[in-house]
Amino acid sequence: MRSNGYIFGFAALVCAVCGVVVAGSAVSLKDRQDANQRLDKQKKVLSVAGLLTAEEDLEPADVQKRFTDNIQVKVVDLKSGQVAKDVDVATFDQQKAAKDPATSAAAPANKAKVQRLPKRANVYLVMKAGAVDKYVFPVEGKGLWSTLYGYLALEKDLNTIAGLTFYQHGETPGLGGEVDNAKWKGLWPGRKAFKDGKPAIRVVKGAAPPADKAPHKVDGLSGATLTSNGVTYLLQFWLGENGFGPYLNHLKKG
Amino acid sequence: MAAKNKEILLDPLFNNNPIALQVLGICSALAVTTKLETSLVMSLAVIAVVALSNVSVSLIRNYIPASIRIIVQLTIIASLVIVTDQVLKAFVYDISKQLSVFVGLIITNCIVMGRAEAFAMQNPPLPSFIDGIGNGLGYGLVLLVVGFFRELFGAGKLFGMQVLPLASEGGWYTPNGLMVLAPSAFFLIGGFIWVLRIYKPEQIEED
Repeated sequence: MRSNGYIFGFAALVCAVCGVVVAGSAVSLKDRQDANQRLDKQKKVLSVAGLLTAEEDLEPADVQKRFTDNIQVKVVDLKSGQVAKDVDVATFDQQKAAKDPATSAAAPANKAKVQRLPKRANVYLVMKAGAVDKYVFPVEGKGLWSTLYGYLALEKDLNTIAGLTFYQHGETPGLGGEVDNAKWKGLWPGRKAFKDGKPAIRVVKGAAPPADKAPHKVDGLSGATLTSNGVTYLLQFWLGENGFGPYLNHLKKG
Repeated sequence: MAAKNKEILLDPLFNNNPIALQVLGICSALAVTTKLETSLVMSLAVIAVVALSNVSVSLIRNYIPASIRIIVQLTIIASLVIVTDQVLKAFVYDISKQLSVFVGLIITNCIVMGRAEAFAMQNPPLPSFIDGIGNGLGYGLVLLVVGFFRELFGAGKLFGMQVLPLASEGGWYTPNGLMVLAPSAFFLIGGFIWVLRIYKPEQIEED
């Protein structure tokens, strides 16, 4: 039998050693992890803007270059719709802002089940020959099991959809998980987001009529009605008055 | 000694497989095996954790007070798992995103603590290390077999390469939806155990 002092001492020593190992690895790998996360985000924005195809395997530096060459990151105040001037765009993190009570508020009741709404959000301007060509907006909302996080790209007319992609979700593989399916994502470009100034784009059950007849409808995902509805709700929420609506109105006027 | 080490290494593959015979670590075997790629990375992560935790526990086995040995083992295992998770996030970000919480859940994988308690507490570091590698390999073997069938029949792919052209993309193969869901791994592991016991009838349990 060992003495109590030995047992406590031993436990403390094990904790101290393990603590140093864990903290050391977390601190020393932090930069790499942050870089990975940033890179992942940039890739997603580039791909929804049509500047990066799935087959392309770019070096991190090339992704970075393509991103800075073509895309301007802005932070907008959701309520006023104005571009916020007093923020550092490089360090602004929308998901962090949505969690911090100082920079967010409880979201009004909504079908997308967004709980907290940041006061400010990112918008990515895709530039072409010095003028804005496309707008990319971060979107999120509940599907069946999980929150879907993605990006919606609009053409410069602010009505035609240029693309939709989700970068994080936990929907059923093969059913709701088909939001990742390249063919389904291919249905989005060319559809119209608004009708009479209101967000009208929605995912219907079953097959939608051709785009020229019903520009506001997109094929549903078979076997995944709730995920499909989730996509509808989240798009309508973020295009609506609580989301990027004020910013879009501001742009249309200006 | 060399022959004994070889036995320690290879025994857990078929003779004493942690999943097939000891029926440990089933939970993660269901969750991460929809694709071969994630199965492979998970296997490597578990091999690394079991081997290192066995060595660490074995090194201090004579100093660990018996009354707190389980929690000491757990502390070591948990630390190693966190380090592994950090390394995956730093170097294979995409895959670590797919593995999500399951890397963290290696902590609760009974294989790791089972080996620390059953083997590393009684044996010197080198055999413990080999035992860890062996058991990790035994776990990985099952994961890869399950992942192979699930990815092939569930998505028509192997390591992300399309092998069976899908009907939805103009081919002939209609993927089997059951294969992408967790329960299919039960059937596959059951099948694995069945085949294994045809060749090793001594593993069949008496009623």
